[in-house]
Amino acid sequence: MALRDTHVTMAHGGGGRAMRDLIDEVFTSVFQPPGSEDQARLTGTALQEPGARLAFTTDSFVVTPLEFPGGDIGKLAVCGTVNDLAVGGARPLWLSAAFIIEEGCEIALLRRIVATMAAEADKAGVRIVTGDTKVVERGKADGLFITTAGVGVIPPGRDIGAARIRPGDVVIVNGVLGDHGAAILAARGDLALSTDLASDCAGLGHLMQAALAAAPGISAARDCTRGGLASALNEMAAEAGLAVEIQETALPLRPEVVGVCEILGLDPLYLANEGRLVLFCPEAEATAALAALRSLPEGRDSTVIGRASQGQAGRVTLRTAFGGARIVDMLVGEQLPRIC
Amino acid sequence: MNAVVIRVRGQVQGVGFRPFVWQLAQEFGLTGRVWNDAEGVGIEAAGPGLDGFVAALTARAPKLARVDAVEVATFGGALPPGFEIAESRGRGAETRVTPDAATCAACATEIRGTGRRQGYAFTNCTHCGPRFTILNGLPYDRAQTTMAAFPMCPDCAAEYRDPADRRFHAQPVACPACGPRLWLEVAGQDMPGDAVALAADLLRAGAVLAIKGLGGFHLACDAANPVAVATLRHRKYRPSKPLALMAQEAALQGVVVLSGADLALLRDPAAPIVLAPSRQILPEVVAPGMAELGVMLPYTPLHHLLCDAFGGVLVMTSGNLSGEPQVTGNAEAREKLSGFADAFLLHDREIARRLDDSVERSTPPMVLRRARGRVPGTLALPPGFGTAPQVLALGGQMKGAICLTKNGQALPGHHLGDLDDALCADEFGKAVADYRALFDHRPELVAVDAHPGYRATQAGKAMGLPVTEVWHHHAHMAACLAENGWPLEGGNVAAIVLDGTGLGPDGTLWGGEVLLGDYRGFERRFWLKPAPLIGGDKAAREPWRNALVRLDQAGLPDWADALFPGRPRDLARQAAAKGINAPMSSSAGRLFDAVAACLDICAEGQSYEGEAAMRLEALTRHVPDQGCGYDLTLHGTEFDPALLWPAMRNDLRHGLPTEVIAERFHAGLGQAFAGAARQLVESGAAQAVVLSGGCFQNTRLLSAVEAGLRGLPVLSHRLTPANDGGLALGQAVVAAARSLGGAESR
Ligand SMILES: [Fe+3]
Ligand SMILES: [Mg+2]
Ligand SMILES: [Zn+2]
Ligand SMILES: [Zn+2]
Repeated sequence: MALRDTHVTMAHGGGGRAMRDLIDEVFTSVFQPPGSEDQARLTGTALQEPGARLAFTTDSFVVTPLEFPGGDIGKLAVCGTVNDLAVGGARPLWLSAAFIIEEGCEIALLRRIVATMAAEADKAGVRIVTGDTKVVERGKADGLFITTAGVGVIPPGRDIGAARIRPGDVVIVNGVLGDHGAAILAARGDLALSTDLASDCAGLGHLMQAALAAAPGISAARDCTRGGLASALNEMAAEAGLAVEIQETALPLRPEVVGVCEILGLDPLYLANEGRLVLFCPEAEATAALAALRSLPEGRDSTVIGRASQGQAGRVTLRTAFGGARIVDMLVGEQLPRIC
Repeated sequence: MNAVVIRVRGQVQGVGFRPFVWQLAQEFGLTGRVWNDAEGVGIEAAGPGLDGFVAALTARAPKLARVDAVEVATFGGALPPGFEIAESRGRGAETRVTPDAATCAACATEIRGTGRRQGYAFTNCTHCGPRFTILNGLPYDRAQTTMAAFPMCPDCAAEYRDPADRRFHAQPVACPACGPRLWLEVAGQDMPGDAVALAADLLRAGAVLAIKGLGGFHLACDAANPVAVATLRHRKYRPSKPLALMAQEAALQGVVVLSGADLALLRDPAAPIVLAPSRQILPEVVAPGMAELGVMLPYTPLHHLLCDAFGGVLVMTSGNLSGEPQVTGNAEAREKLSGFADAFLLHDREIARRLDDSVERSTPPMVLRRARGRVPGTLALPPGFGTAPQVLALGGQMKGAICLTKNGQALPGHHLGDLDDALCADEFGKAVADYRALFDHRPELVAVDAHPGYRATQAGKAMGLPVTEVWHHHAHMAACLAENGWPLEGGNVAAIVLDGTGLGPDGTLWGGEVLLGDYRGFERRFWLKPAPLIGGDKAAREPWRNALVRLDQAGLPDWADALFPGRPRDLARQAAAKGINAPMSSSAGRLFDAVAACLDICAEGQSYEGEAAMRLEALTRHVPDQGCGYDLTLHGTEFDPALLWPAMRNDLRHGLPTEVIAERFHAGLGQAFAGAARQLVESGAAQAVVLSGGCFQNTRLLSAVEAGLRGLPVLSHRLTPANDGGLALGQAVVAAARSLGGAESR
């Protein structure tokens, strides 16, 4: 082992020996990209099917703390990009990963994060085929930032997207909402929260494939990340030109999450998730879709929460337990009090 | 012979003005003609009694009319041999519609008589009846109302055509032969028999009824029956919000103390809910913790018949799902209210426009909710605004209401409710279209609150017109200035603005301010020391949160620990310390909540907005002025309540009644703010003091502040709500003032 340092220094970004050692030992030895060129050369039979389409996405990940109950930034970086591909109907195949490391970052931590990434990639059936590292001076980054890009293949004949949602489609989520956001808040804030809350972070590639196989009529899906379910539904309703109504009593919420939200005055509909998707499917296929989703662990708690309809285009409403309909908005920056 | 042409301006259309003129002309022996046009009513006339005629136009005008001006000029044209009611002239004629008006004395007598309208629930005439609530489109004639479904019978048509009849051109004229039908429905079945008598029987037996009214459904029950009232509350998930009452005058006299001013307001054609001191005769469950009750007189023939048949006092609360506006359609009522009501008193005249009951107070005069009977009605803009552009102002969030300006007039719209509710948001869109049509309005400017999260603000920005953002508390101040006719160039005023929360230019939430400024601009001179709102809007629902932060701030965390043992204090404190959803606010409303929580009033939660503050005010009802309010020390520019808490705690330990403590709080708050404003006037910086913001619905606070301002010119709200229901008027005049240019006078 050539790498003896315990923390990353500026030398690790200098382009010399130290950098070579860091990359070799921490990254390439784990990810095992094909070849030594600074590019991945990919072959895949899936690509050659007539009518198949390539899906390509990228995302950057920043989170404090870097490790939290239920995952770490590496898991987020793999799952996030895998999920972006999956909800578009693609089978995720390859990822790139770029790391911006703050001087002083602990190398053991880096190793742990890289290990999770490799494990998650394995689970998701994707390979991390190329990457990059940069080291920046102390204070110029918050520990570690990761950017991943992903490539997947959409099989011939598959075309899902918000524009395909039809009135009457039911809305399904694959499990309890807001766990990630609440877990991060609890882990970050030194809040006196004695909860077992863990991030819901998970790759949803297999889940999505299973759902599509059982319910090929699925019109659209989206992962509910930053901005929560509320933002995902608002985007989809706007693109579909339809109204969407969800039922308060049908929302899957963990009592701990409800409790944290009560105290902090947060709305679980806006809490971030990292292993949750929302999908729309024709009512006739809802049972099949649910069964397929529930057959996998990451979809065990899947449930129908609402429905799309004609009505004011882009409006998402929450039918409350008392029967009223509250408008669920897109989050406009920070949510400031409005009660006067 | 001297012929004249007379121009009558004001609210003179759709109120029986032409037949009134026709009758006057007969009386004074005139020949000539009268017509409606875009400017109001025009008259050409000649005859010996002209002078008396002109004087009578104002002096004896119909009850629903408002004559702003009578202009007389000589006329050289030809006149007909008699006096005639001529066709309307010009574009825009008869586009005005007047507010819905309570049943007039003549109609009330008629339904109790033996004529063909005996017991008829839809009787009306030119001097009363539905107007805005049945309007589908313009111009206002029967075909454009929901009465279009009921072709007039020959008898009604004859009355409609006869200028001597009080139903001349009354668009909703009807009788049992041709008009709407009333029925009582139980479990989907139309019950045989007299619907009103059956309904009264059910009410006497303790049932809850859904009753289709003028602007929406009410839920009604016997106010004297605590079980019935509790049932209604339970079904409606409305644990403690005060319920409005309706009864004939004599019955109301038995449950509230009515002054002459109260009676005059109750009998106004607008027939608002009037807040009056309770005699504490009705069960507490009607309005828990309140010293006043909201009462109204029957304002439709249906209400009269029902109140006559029932005899007592009825709870008449809006028929709606929790958080939603009141229901207006029969099918909607069956769907939504069947869990609340044992029976439905229905009719087949559609409600075109949802209008809540207005809520007002006679002494001091104030409007708490501007709705049925008050809209549509215009307000003259102050001097200097005559050339202002046409502005569309979109108002606030929780008490949505819009306002339009044109030709030196403002047209403030009706209360729309919380725009987060989907139905209210729809109603908002409809109101914009409605009032624009009514006013023939082409907005050049849109004025909105500066809070990006207000739905009205978002709607305004999406309109594709130039937008003026107005700071919340500036709008409050300007609204009060405008309704008091303060001239555009009237100079600076000191504005005490006390409310819940509104976004301030520094990005924090204001709510306890003394501003110095004019229509164009302002600066913040004094304010309540800010404290975090733990949980954002959640802080407005749970008063203990505000007590916790204020006690911690004052170095009394132990008292907070003792007061709220079961609350998640640690988490709340950490959220405050780390700024997790805990924005800073100088809100006076939250200070009321904090004081209430320390007195064990609604500490854990309020079941309706303002409950804690209203209960606190109610406590002071019979407490004389103590002359020694709690000290809100002014340190530099901040009122610091630090000394308030130990003083309160001390008083509690010495066994002082909470009533006295509540009074001392009101007095102290009033003294502090009045003192700061007084300083601005006495130093010559300000010409007058303006009082605005929802806290000024609190009459004890209002009088405490006014006491501290004695001798100074003080402007307060009388015609428009001091709460956010008045914001739009303020937004409109601020936008108009800025567009008119000129320097800020500060
Ligand atoms: Fe306000
Ligand atoms: Mg992305
Ligand atoms: Zn009448
Ligand atoms: Zn008739």
